[in-house]
Amino acid sequence: MKPTIEDISSALKEKFGDGILAQEQQFDFPVFIIDKKIITAVFRFLYDDENFQFRYLTTICGIHNPAIEKPFALMYQVHSLVHNIRLRFKSFATKDDLEFDTLIPVFSAANWMEREAFDFYGFTFKGHPKMVRILNVEDMDYHPMRKEYPVEDETRYDKDDTFFGREPAGYKKLI
Amino acid sequence: MKNIQKNQEGVSVSAAPPGYEGPGFFATSLDKVVGLARKNSIWPLPFATSCCGIEFMATMASTYDLGRFGSERLSFSPRQADLLMVMGTIAKKMGPVLRQVYEQMAEPRWVLSVGACASSGGIFDSYPVLQGIDHIIPVDVYVPGCPPRPEQILEGIMNIQRLIQNESLRRRHSPEYKALLASYGIE
Repeated sequence: MKPTIEDISSALKEKFGDGILAQEQQFDFPVFIIDKKIITAVFRFLYDDENFQFRYLTTICGIHNPAIEKPFALMYQVHSLVHNIRLRFKSFATKDDLEFDTLIPVFSAANWMEREAFDFYGFTFKGHPKMVRILNVEDMDYHPMRKEYPVEDETRYDKDDTFFGREPAGYKKLI
Repeated sequence: MKNIQKNQEGVSVSAAPPGYEGPGFFATSLDKVVGLARKNSIWPLPFATSCCGIEFMATMASTYDLGRFGSERLSFSPRQADLLMVMGTIAKKMGPVLRQVYEQMAEPRWVLSVGACASSGGIFDSYPVLQGIDHIIPVDVYVPGCPPRPEQILEGIMNIQRLIQNESLRRRHSPEYKALLASYGIE
């Protein structure tokens, strides 16, 4: 029988209690805000439970929103192919606390996704077998998707603006 | 069309270089003959990474027919190629690969940079994209366009042909050429 969102929500709250911080509905997506300490346990539970069978990890994304108290977050989406239910989980963290537990014991697919989150946002994953950059050049020394850089890269020497009329100083005024 | 002669069957052949002609002999300098042969038998190595590569496929196909310029034989090994055609966005991570391909090519070698991305980074004014391949390898001819039409790519090939025909056979021994390669840290 296809479980409802309420079934899933009550099962999670019964099992993890205070670890489930909040729940909301964004359009057709149920979103759970969870404590980062219980991530692996939550997905292990949803994977193993015969009533739910969330056995497909759709994506893992990093989030950086400097305007809020805990600016960094990881977003996980899982899909129950049997029941055709999709869930989204978010787990927030501060900049000093970017180490998460790896999800590889539950989903092998998490391997490259976590490397991507490390590459672009600087999250690290405890227990990951190869925590190195996956898409960017290996000698890059920053995490480019963080919202903490000026719009125009001021260290660039290779753009001649003579013919384009752009003035990087003008961009600064807008910010 | 002044360099092209048509024989009676309507087949175009390259004009003979300037020289001395008489009954039963024709004399000219060796570099002109070698230049003529080289420019009409370029083996290009297509390094196609995005939409400019699609335009190159049209350039190779029957409508535009790069074979008219003696370049119908593509070389997919850099070791036999004369001309490296870089067509498309080169990510910084692709840079060392492109450079290694260039280093594997034997002299004489030429490089054609096709399209805005290969020439300058194009619209990808961004951290992962190499802002022009001339940061890592020397380029002989740039073709503008986003992407350039096949006619423009042909124009680029013809400019390469002019270079090949007119430059010294000992280009690679010239101090300018050695200094150019040294500025890229090659050899």
